[in-house]
Formats: sequence, C-alpha cells, structure tokens
Amino acid sequence: MSVAALTPQTYLNDQARWTPVEIAFWAATLLPYWLFPDYLSLASQIAITALFALSLDLILGYAGIVSLGHAAFFGLGAYTAGLVSKHIWGEPITGLIAGALVAGIVGYAASFIIARFRHLALIMITLGMGLLLTELANSMHWLTGGNDGLQGVKMWPIFNTFRFDLFGRTAYGYSLIVLFLVFLVARRIINSPFGLSLRGIRENALRMPALGAPSRAHIRTIYTISAVMAGIAGALLAQTTETVSLEVLGFQRSADVLVILILGGAGRLYGGLVGAIVFMVARDQFSGNTPQFWYFWIGTLLILVVMFLPNGILGGLAKLTSRWRRA
Amino acid sequence: MSAALSTRGLDKRFGSLVVAREIAFELPQGARYALIGPNGAGKTTLINLMTGMLRPDAGAILLGEEDITGVPPERRVTRGLVRTFQINTLFPNLNALEAVTLAVCEREGIARSFWQRVASYPDAVDEAHAILSSLMLGGDCYRPTRELPYGRQRLLEIALALATKPKVLLLDEPAAGVPRDESAELFEVISNLSRDITVLFIEHDMNFVFRFASRIIVMVGGRILLEGTPDEVSADPRVREVYLGKSGHGARHV
Amino acid sequence: MIGSLFGVLFDGFAYGMLLFLLSVGLSVTLGMMNFVNLAHCAFAMLGGYVAVTLMNGFGWPFFATLPFAFLAAALSSVVFERVLYRRLYRASDLDQVLLTIGIAFVSVAVAAYIYGTVQQPVQMPPYLRGSISMFGHSFGVYRLFLIGIALLITLLLVAALEYTRFGAKVRAAVDNQRMARGLGINVDGVFALTFALGSGLAGLGGALAIDIVGLDPAFAFTYLIYVLIVVSVGGLGSIGGSFVAATLIGISDVAGKYYVPQLGAFLMYLVMIVLLMWRPAGLFGRR
Repeated sequence: MSVAALTPQTYLNDQARWTPVEIAFWAATLLPYWLFPDYLSLASQIAITALFALSLDLILGYAGIVSLGHAAFFGLGAYTAGLVSKHIWGEPITGLIAGALVAGIVGYAASFIIARFRHLALIMITLGMGLLLTELANSMHWLTGGNDGLQGVKMWPIFNTFRFDLFGRTAYGYSLIVLFLVFLVARRIINSPFGLSLRGIRENALRMPALGAPSRAHIRTIYTISAVMAGIAGALLAQTTETVSLEVLGFQRSADVLVILILGGAGRLYGGLVGAIVFMVARDQFSGNTPQFWYFWIGTLLILVVMFLPNGILGGLAKLTSRWRRA
Repeated sequence: MSAALSTRGLDKRFGSLVVAREIAFELPQGARYALIGPNGAGKTTLINLMTGMLRPDAGAILLGEEDITGVPPERRVTRGLVRTFQINTLFPNLNALEAVTLAVCEREGIARSFWQRVASYPDAVDEAHAILSSLMLGGDCYRPTRELPYGRQRLLEIALALATKPKVLLLDEPAAGVPRDESAELFEVISNLSRDITVLFIEHDMNFVFRFASRIIVMVGGRILLEGTPDEVSADPRVREVYLGKSGHGARHV
Repeated sequence: MIGSLFGVLFDGFAYGMLLFLLSVGLSVTLGMMNFVNLAHCAFAMLGGYVAVTLMNGFGWPFFATLPFAFLAAALSSVVFERVLYRRLYRASDLDQVLLTIGIAFVSVAVAAYIYGTVQQPVQMPPYLRGSISMFGHSFGVYRLFLIGIALLITLLLVAALEYTRFGAKVRAAVDNQRMARGLGINVDGVFALTFALGSGLAGLGGALAIDIVGLDPAFAFTYLIYVLIVVSVGGLGSIGGSFVAATLIGISDVAGKYYVPQLGAFLMYLVMIVLLMWRPAGLFGRR
C-alpha cells in the first residue's frame, strides 16, 4: 500500500481492525473440545491465567507500571467468589461480579499510592502490598481457612442449565467466554484515545505533564480496571476448581504472571495469552513427578527466548515477519 | 495590557548552589525574546521553574494576570504555558501522527474516552495531521519516532508543543544538535509561528538569536545580567567578556 | 521485657549483617550499570552449596570453606557475565528480568537435582556454637562471629572505595557512567570486577547463612525478596545505604516475628513500604 493513498483516518482504522490471524486465533480456542477433550480442565486454567496476564498487560505493557503484587487482586477475586459461594449462594455470575467489585474497590484505593511512584520504588511497593495481603490472609484463617484453604465452595449450574461437570466442559466454556468478553473490553480500551495516552505514559512519562496530561488520573483509572479484570480471573479460578488456597495471593503467582507476560511479549495485547499457553502447557508436560524438573526447562526456555526473541515471543515474531514482509 | 508571562523575584537553590537569584522579567504579548548565557547559567532551570517542574524557594510567576506559582505543571499547560525540551523528549515507539493526536486529545479532554476508537474523532486526527504538515512532517508521520532523523525529531518536539495551542511557548535550544542541512526547515517553522503566541527561546546559536529575537535577556550564574535589543546586548562589554567574545559568528549564513 | 528487647535487637542486627553481605553486591552493580540481575541470590546459593559440599563431602573445616564459597560465586559470575549478561546491557529491563529469572530457575533445578530439596544439615565447629554471657546478656557466638565478619568486610569495602584507584573508578562509574567513560575509565572492566566481587560476597553470605536460616534450593528466590527490599530501601549504588537498610530490615523482621508471630513478616513489609513512600530513591539514593 503506497504512502500516498494512506490518510490518517484509514491508517488509524487499519490499526484497530481485526486481522485474519486474530480471528483464526479465537476460532482455534474452540478446538480443545474436539482435539483435547481430556485436557479441558487444563484449558480452562490456561484461559484463566491468560485473563490474569491480560490484566497485567494493561498496566505493564501499556502504561509501563511494573507490578510484582498483582496476584493481590487475583486472590481477592478468588476469596470473594469462594466466600460468596460458601456463605451466601452458589450462583456463579453474581459470585463473579462480587469478586470483580471487591478487587476493583481495593484496586482503586491502592491506585492512589501506586500512581505517585515509579521505577524501583513502585515495583517494591507493589511487592510489599501483595506480601502484606498474603500475611493478612494467612492470619485471618477464621475467614480464609489459612493454610488449609477455603472449604465448602460449591457452585450451582450457570443459568441453571450448565452444570460444572467433571470433564471441565462447562468450566472451559465459562472461562473462555468470560476471557473473550473481557478481551473485547481491553481491545476497545487500547484502541481508544485513553489507550493512546497510556502508551504515552509508558513511552515517556516525563513528556505527558508537559502536554497537559493528567498522568496520575490516567494511571488510577487503568489500575482500577486492571484490578477488576484480575479479580474476575481469580473468581473464575475459585469457581471452576471449587477451591481457594493462599497461593492465589502469593508472590509465586505474581512472579509467574509477570514471567508469562514478558515471555509472550508485553504491550501486544495477545502476549499474555500466548505466554499463558506456552507456560502452562510446558508446565503440564514437563512437571512430571518432580517439580524441579519443570524449573530446569522453563528456565532454559526463558533464557533462549531472551537470547533469540527479544521482546518476548510475539516481539520476536513481529521482527521475523517484518523481515519476511520486506523480502 | 498585562504581560503574557512575567516573573517576580524568583529564587532557587540546591543546598549551597544558587541556580536562580531574584529573576524578574516580563514577556509582552506576541514577543520574540531570547535567553542566552553560558552553560550552567541557570537557563533551563528557569524554564523548569516557570513550567512547574521545580518549585521556587521564593518569588512569583504570572501568566497574564494569573499567579500560577502554585499551579501543578499539567495545569499550566492547559492554561497555555508550554515548553519544548533541550534533549528530545519524545515517544520512541509511537509515530508522529499518534504522538500529536495524543497531544490534541489531551487538550480537548478526549483522552478520558476509552470506549471509542481514536479514528472516530476525525477532528482531532485531522488537526494533528495539519500541524504535522505545517511543520513539513506530514510525509513521515507513520514512521516510529525513533526512526526519524534528528532534525525531524526536533521539529516533532515543536509540533507536540503547538498541538497544545500555547499562548506562551518556551523553546529550550530548539536548534541544538540539528545538522546544518536540516536547520533551514527549523528556521522556517520558527519564523512562521503565529504572532498570537509569545515565544521565549534559549539558544547558543547566535545566528538564530539575532535573526528571531527582538530582545535578548542575558543570564549568568543564576542572575539576569542585562536585558536589551540585540544591538545593545552585542555592544555591551560585560556580555562580550562573559559570552560573545570567543567564536566568530559573523561569517555564518543560514 | 528489656532483656528480650535487647535479644531481639542483637539477633536482628546479626540477621541484618547477613542481609548486608547478600545485598551489597547487587546494590552497587545495579547502581552502576542498571543491569537487573535477579539471579544474584542464585550465586549466594552456589556459595552455600560449595561450603556444604566441602564440609560434609570432604570434611573440610568451616573456615576453610568460606574463601572457596566466595571464589566459586565470583568465578561463576564472571562466566555468566562474559557469556550471557554482556549481550544484554542495552536490552530492556524486562528482557534482563526474564534472562536472570531463567538462570535462577535453572539453578534451583540443578541444586534440587544434586542435593535434594531438604535443608542441608551442617555442623558448625564447636568454638562457634553456643553463647557467651556478657554484661548480663547472652550472645550467640555464631551471631557475634557473623557481625564481626560483616563489619570487617564493611571496613574493607569502604576503605577500598575511598582510598584505592579502583575504588575511585567505581565511585565515578556509579555516579556518572558516561562521564567516566569519557575520562578514559574502562567502565566495562570496572563493572566486571565489581560484579565478580559482589557475587563473591553473596556467595560468602550464602555460606554464612546456612547455620542461621538454612539452605535449600528455594534459597535463590526466598532471599531474593529480602535482598531487593534491602537494595531498594538503601538506595542503589550505596554501601552505606545497604548497611543501614539491612540493619533496619533485619531488626524489623526479627522484632515482628517475635512480638506478633501470627502476622509473620508483616512488620518488615510495612517498614519497607513506609520508608519507600518517604524516600522513593532509597535512604542513601540519589535524587
């Protein structure tokens, strides 16, 4: 396409258009029902992790906020949904909304602190807040079940029709649909003027106030949205596995999702999804009897990806395809 | 009519280092003033004070009639006080169109909209493209900023500032680092700046200064040494001694 | 009550000294080159396992293992720096994070494979066990020893920094890398040596840590959190900052776990957050 034929409008519209690769990707997410019917539980775990990674991408990949404590919101969503099921009722959708709300409210409160810091201080404050929450949850074992986890989570069928079955069919459909809907929202945000401002903050936080941009307000908004999404992912986990344990809040989970996002490629919307698929499939295949085995392979994979595919899998692919396109 | 921008008694020190002492001057509407002085004189610090990136220890800054000394940096921009940076402070992975559109959206308050596509705000996009074209960046506007040659990036600096519809524009060494063959475009852009905008620029390039400035302010060691027309300043022996005395500028042509 | 307070302060200070040894290397190299090395505690772990192997496998006395723990960590860090890290000095922070986490993961797997996942049993020599009574309080001998070594090393580091040519180059490189290069200082060489030294100290810390906190493959990550806390609170590139921060963090952790054990490390995390909100660049950090 020659530059002369390109107008600003068409250029921007092209950027926001659904590409065939994207459509193929989402169509492919239905394949597990036919190709891997025994792995649907794993598939729903992947969908949930992908949603969690997507929520992190919005703040890290697009606004440049590195968080080492994002599991706090995941965990809040999980525990809320679990507690709703245990003490109130097992209707899934309301549990999901409750999880999203609690995570969102806490996220909004935290955002006032988060928006004021950058660089290492920000990373460590997010880490600290996540760790504080973990200790709190551990000590409140009358509510959370402590180290034993939350007991008594029982889910009713969705819309009174789709029972959560042992094969994970309902779980996967539920997780996938929620993931897709949230993804649509994220996609709209990215292609909006607000999304452009977020990228501005990531690219040069110093320039934004010099353009009259209220950076802190923008950061508070996206952080809250991201917390809501992470909360939804956590609630899904609680509902599809009918268990909630302390690790949903823990540092390990925050670190894993960060690795997943960087592995897939941050700031490309699909990076978290690709990273989740690669990471969780690899873990499933390589874990075997000894978890240590898995660390070796994932560590090696990470090293190789960094050496050969800078900016994550999608980043590396983008570089390769642009080279291919030029030829 | 009150001055577009004025300061009164600005003081700033970092420990024992005094970077600004009793800075007081006035920029009338539509003026073209230059701020010159040796390195370390405090010129960029002054711009940082005026834009709110640094807080003064004493003194006041007025934009028109309004005291903006306590106003945060982003609010000063919305009131019309805008600067460019000495070192390009751009968005490396955004292209020029995205960058300027971003600036326009922020100005118009559209940036809070997260549901509609950017393309569905055609006025903002068109305005961004118009600004870029007027600065001769229209053809390059789809390339990522980091791929643009340095002179073009310098023009983008100015484009971003213009997108905020400034009343007072502070240019920090706009010609810095621009190679000779790219500076013609820059000079033309500066000449074409609307007379509605009041401009103060820091520059070391004396061609630039003598061509565009109607008055010159000379700063040394955090203080204003003197203020006057280009002829007055170049004739003053103190200035010659401190600053103008060395390199031969007279032979340079644009 | 006072007696237990004093005990908490002493134990906290000793723990802080251990954290200092583990952290100081990372603080200086991060401040100098901005290279995010999350594998730092993997080198510490290596030092620990070397010490264990020499003691339990070959019957060496504890003291003799310490220099080798230092050397093993220092030399292996040189290898990693040459082969891998060097290529990523210009890479994004995220890529550096990914690489060094990958290395840390691999180290955990290798350690678990060779040594298993249980804590390593070690016997400290008899003259380091037990406690001494002084001024009406009882002091653990090992902790006194730890404090002694850490203070000695601090003095050596500070002296080297202030009085040697190399130290001057390090200070210059931390302060302004570009300027240092412009002055003809071989910043890459200075960094490589500093990096080796810092990793070596971490290895020494790892060996010293065995008796205080135990050694298992998870060490590389468990202590990474503590080290990051010390480094961020202390300020990048500052030995003094690491010292003060390590002391504060060590005491906060011990005090918190002693007085409010249900909340675990809560107090330490709170102290960190408050300090960082007050001084985002760290206590001794710049700007």
